[in-house]
Amino acid sequence: MNPGDMLRILPEIVLTLTGVLIMLADASLPANAPRRALGWVAALGTTLALWASLWQLSLPAGTAFYSTVETSPFTVFFHVLICGIVLVVLLLSLDSLPAESHNQGEYYALVVLGAVGMCLLTSGIELLVIFIALEISSIATYVLACYRKESGRSPEAAIKYFLLGSFATGFLLYGIALAFGATGTTQIYELSRLLPTAQNHTMVLAAMALMVVGILFKVSAAPFHVWTPDVYEGAPSPVVALMSTAPKAATFALLLRVVYEIFPTLRSSWAPLLWCVAVLSMTVGNVAALRQQNVKRMLAYSSIAHAGYLLAAFAGLGPSGIAAASFYTAAYAAMNVGIFAVVTMVGGYDDQRSMIADYRGLIYRAPLLGGLLIFFLTSLVGIPFTAGFFGKFYAFSAAVGGNAIWLALIGLLNSGLAAAYYLRLAFVTVQPAPDTESFAKVATPTVGVAVAAALLFTVGATLVLGIIPTQALQAAETGAHTLQVPANDENPAYITEGTQQPRGNRDGIE
Amino acid sequence: MHLILFFIFAALCLAGAVNLLLQTHPINSALSLIVVMTSLAVLYLLLGAEFLAAAQVIVYAGAVMVLFTFVIMLLNAGREERTLGSRAARVVGFPAVAAFLALLATVLLKAHGLGRAAMQEGVTSTDDLSAVLFTKLLLPFEVTSVLILIAILGAVALTRHGDGERSASK
Repeated sequence: MNPGDMLRILPEIVLTLTGVLIMLADASLPANAPRRALGWVAALGTTLALWASLWQLSLPAGTAFYSTVETSPFTVFFHVLICGIVLVVLLLSLDSLPAESHNQGEYYALVVLGAVGMCLLTSGIELLVIFIALEISSIATYVLACYRKESGRSPEAAIKYFLLGSFATGFLLYGIALAFGATGTTQIYELSRLLPTAQNHTMVLAAMALMVVGILFKVSAAPFHVWTPDVYEGAPSPVVALMSTAPKAATFALLLRVVYEIFPTLRSSWAPLLWCVAVLSMTVGNVAALRQQNVKRMLAYSSIAHAGYLLAAFAGLGPSGIAAASFYTAAYAAMNVGIFAVVTMVGGYDDQRSMIADYRGLIYRAPLLGGLLIFFLTSLVGIPFTAGFFGKFYAFSAAVGGNAIWLALIGLLNSGLAAAYYLRLAFVTVQPAPDTESFAKVATPTVGVAVAAALLFTVGATLVLGIIPTQALQAAETGAHTLQVPANDENPAYITEGTQQPRGNRDGIE
Repeated sequence: MHLILFFIFAALCLAGAVNLLLQTHPINSALSLIVVMTSLAVLYLLLGAEFLAAAQVIVYAGAVMVLFTFVIMLLNAGREERTLGSRAARVVGFPAVAAFLALLATVLLKAHGLGRAAMQEGVTSTDDLSAVLFTKLLLPFEVTSVLILIAILGAVALTRHGDGERSASK
């Protein structure tokens, strides 16, 4: 190990220090002192971590700590994305956590320390590191889901999430164990070098299947999605904004690594698997969302559908698929955090107004929030000049490029179906409110400075990704090229070229 | 001798695991888990991993199980209740588990060179383990501290009574 290794995990170090600092400050403040300032500390630390990850671009791509972690444009892309999401969620929480709320210090520390796990999940290239990072991010979200413990719904959601999540982690771990059994290593570059020559092909297949199942659970793709609506309904809205985007982005990065970097030669096995899961996720998510009356449940099903669109990008060959999937993750994160910010403001921390009927006439009561809600909904539908349009465009064109034309067609049909429930909510928002007393009593949500910044950030991101996506797309493509990807398995020349220079040895293993 | 011991303790381990699932009272399940943990420790010993065997007994069979039994006693957990859902889980679950086990068994039995379960150089002694832990696996080792920290933090956040604190301040 040399001192330069520390620079490779600089964002993680900054986030860990911020988390520890918040904990210490929280413990030394008097019991009744307001804890809101700790949220600003967390936001500041996350901003620093964001800058640190951007700065890592100036480092030459390479590995550190005995090839257990790497920095490359791919990891920087996801680090910036995750830090951005966490920053917005922190800003949102600053204004939406009740002022006299319990355990605010722990809340901010958990969010920041959870981000450490998510960041490490994208940059780890040793399955042990990846496993621990996944556990850090999962445990943080289990606890955060339970944060409204007086409500009854929240603990139920957390227990469901915890039990099923641990079960899924077991699958991932079993897959890792089988991969280790077949090759004797858990380092990703070593694995990708050794797996094509492994004697026991069935064992490798089983390892891949188990790992993919474990990961698909975490991204709530269709046969493994049952927990999602209950958890999203029960957890506090700012937490849902976080857990529907940041851990998902990190786990999709892991899925990209697993299928494109560890098992690229098994493409003929995992591509049909992901094809089925993608179709199932889109269809199940959209059909179920049509029937929901609760906005948070509807958005939960919509997030399952979006996981399906994202998985469609995996049908794309090599870098084009990776770039499309990375771009979609960013686009989805921008609009989904945005819409949950609006839902938090309208429904409040206690979710008093979370039914679709409660949104009637929102645009007259709170023109800004109503307008933003409609804006994010159009982005989720995928109307041009929003992030959702380009995300879907690239994902489906990657699928077409990978000869999965049917998948792209089913995706397009599903987008049409999805428009029905998104636009229903948009129409309810502009309907004139009935002049009954119950509606008159509803307080107009007030938008504070922090939430305004959060909303500005998400609107900006959604617009930028929708109008001038070139820069983000270039970043995604540069990232895609740094993953070790053979184009496909019918092209053996490329594979040998790729494996002759295993990048794991790029930094000297002293 | 090794083979006989292996079969005895492997059988014991499996029997404990099955018993753990079949028992309806939590304390019986916890006691069966001790059997599983201890027989696993013996299996590690047979593989020549003395340190791992000792750690298994101390940490799992000792510390973790004491916590388990304490929690069961403190909660005064009663007998498991059978509901419609749990019966359905039985009907679907057992065949599913059997199928999964059959699949894994075929995968493992097909393994090339079965019976010669030796890795490169046995990393078994405490010396070797600590050398690996502080060089090659330094990062996972350090990151585990964040994991433990977040687990403690979560436990504190979940168990502290927010409302009690508030009413005390009034």
